[in-house]
Amino acid sequence: MSAPLKDITPAERARSTSFYEASARTRLELLLDAGSFVEFIGPEQREVSPHLKIFDLPEQFDDGIVVGRGRLDGSPVFVAAQEGRFMGGAFGEVHGAKLTGLIRAARQIGSIPVLILFDTGGVRLQEANAGELAIAEIMRAVMEARSAGVKVIGLIGGRSGCYGGGGLIAGCCSALAVSEPGRIAVSGPEVIETNRGVEEFDSRDRALVWRTMGGKHRRLLGAADVFADDNVQDFREAALELLELVGPFGLDALKAEQERLADRLRRLSACSDAVDIWTAEGIAHAETVPELPADQFIALADRTGRTSRDAR
Amino acid sequence: MTLDDILTALFPDGHEVRNDKGVLLGSATLRSGDSMLVLGVADRTALGVDEAIRLSDHVLRSIGRDSGPILVLVDSDSQRMSKRDELLGLNEFLAHLAKVLIHADLNGRPTIGLLYGHSAAGALLATGLATRVLVGLPGADPAVMDLPSMAKVTKLSMEALEEKAKSTPVFAPGLSNLAQMGAVHMTWSHAAPLADQLEALLADMPVARDGRDALGKARGGRLKAVEIAERVRDLALQAR
Repeated sequence: MSAPLKDITPAERARSTSFYEASARTRLELLLDAGSFVEFIGPEQREVSPHLKIFDLPEQFDDGIVVGRGRLDGSPVFVAAQEGRFMGGAFGEVHGAKLTGLIRAARQIGSIPVLILFDTGGVRLQEANAGELAIAEIMRAVMEARSAGVKVIGLIGGRSGCYGGGGLIAGCCSALAVSEPGRIAVSGPEVIETNRGVEEFDSRDRALVWRTMGGKHRRLLGAADVFADDNVQDFREAALELLELVGPFGLDALKAEQERLADRLRRLSACSDAVDIWTAEGIAHAETVPELPADQFIALADRTGRTSRDAR
Repeated sequence: MTLDDILTALFPDGHEVRNDKGVLLGSATLRSGDSMLVLGVADRTALGVDEAIRLSDHVLRSIGRDSGPILVLVDSDSQRMSKRDELLGLNEFLAHLAKVLIHADLNGRPTIGLLYGHSAAGALLATGLATRVLVGLPGADPAVMDLPSMAKVTKLSMEALEEKAKSTPVFAPGLSNLAQMGAVHMTWSHAAPLADQLEALLADMPVARDGRDALGKARGGRLKAVEIAERVRDLALQAR
């Protein structure tokens, strides 16, 4: 560490570090209490994907995900962070199994929450069957853990967003925090355009991508309960807030979610753009939402945004 | 076999399953006289927000009112790929359907998926892969990702991909590949009555524990997943 940095507190460093730009390891280091992170099956064990060599593709020693335990404000947490810069953070066999094992342990213990730092394009195409199945296993594990009283919090703000099966796992979490660049969707922009044509979705229209799938829209819809500014400290505070907020999971939560989603369809089904949705939700000058700075947006979302609390 | 043929063969004692624009909702009578809740996606219909909300509603209404197992029939497209579905939060709707099915399974309503046609990607995750036991019918043709899309992304020719697919079940479409990975537990035969095979499965349901990774290893399709998951779990349990 260079000399000028040594007087900076961890919180200040976390505050000045973009979550979007940071690597998975930096995110974890700055999100957790300083020095508390312990990795399970770290890169030194070289547990690489057994499938990428079929395609002559480079492997990564951690297969693009870092899992382990640490502390958050002194309390133990399990953590998993996907590395969006390796294969788009996509789920393969080893990558997915690390997360499955972590959540299964949390279920067995029952009292230690799990934080998942999503950064993924979804299934890794080169091992599509293994990746798809890993996602199904993770979804099952998350629901079993939540049924056992475990809180599973998703943090979404990475460069690969949270797409494909990652979006479904996020939908299984107890609560989500999302930043503006943290996109959540099933089909990515390019996938929709390839399958349905540019008239359906122009993937090069970045403003369209952000307002359809981005963090602000997801927060206003109530898909995410907390909006974080794009720095690691904000995500740390969001995680702490959500851990306080999350109630028990059970049939009532699923019934409430059914009603929440059915109500969304009744109200917003005819809207053809996010701006129409925000207007229908009573936001004046909805077209200015994408430009709002984080603090103003959070104030707006707290006033008019929906919530999925106890309804997911 | 058409859907009607399959339903008749599964439930000779009768069923009330309606197909409304590809969304299957209803129930059927088992040999014991007990009822089985039935839902699903037919006619290779894409699974979007409008379909998913009806399917989850059907299960939730049944919980607390009925008892007995649940059958999820699957002949779907992928998730519906549209601006509208994503705008409305398709990931939440698909996750919700999976959650409802998993919750039912964990709480006394064992779930069986029956893949009798196509399915892919998010639609498969929200239906068949969210059940305790996924059964395939001969002729089913699931494809997590289709080879033409894969060729585009990997920049490999179709021929090269087909050649690689001969040596591994890990990426190529098809029922047998998914079975080898542990995703499809068993494939039924048209040589025996489907009703007999369903009743035999119901009489001998595995416990509600996800053993798909172990199955994938036993079948030689996924050699690492179970070991990696167990090692991480053991390390994490030492955190207590």
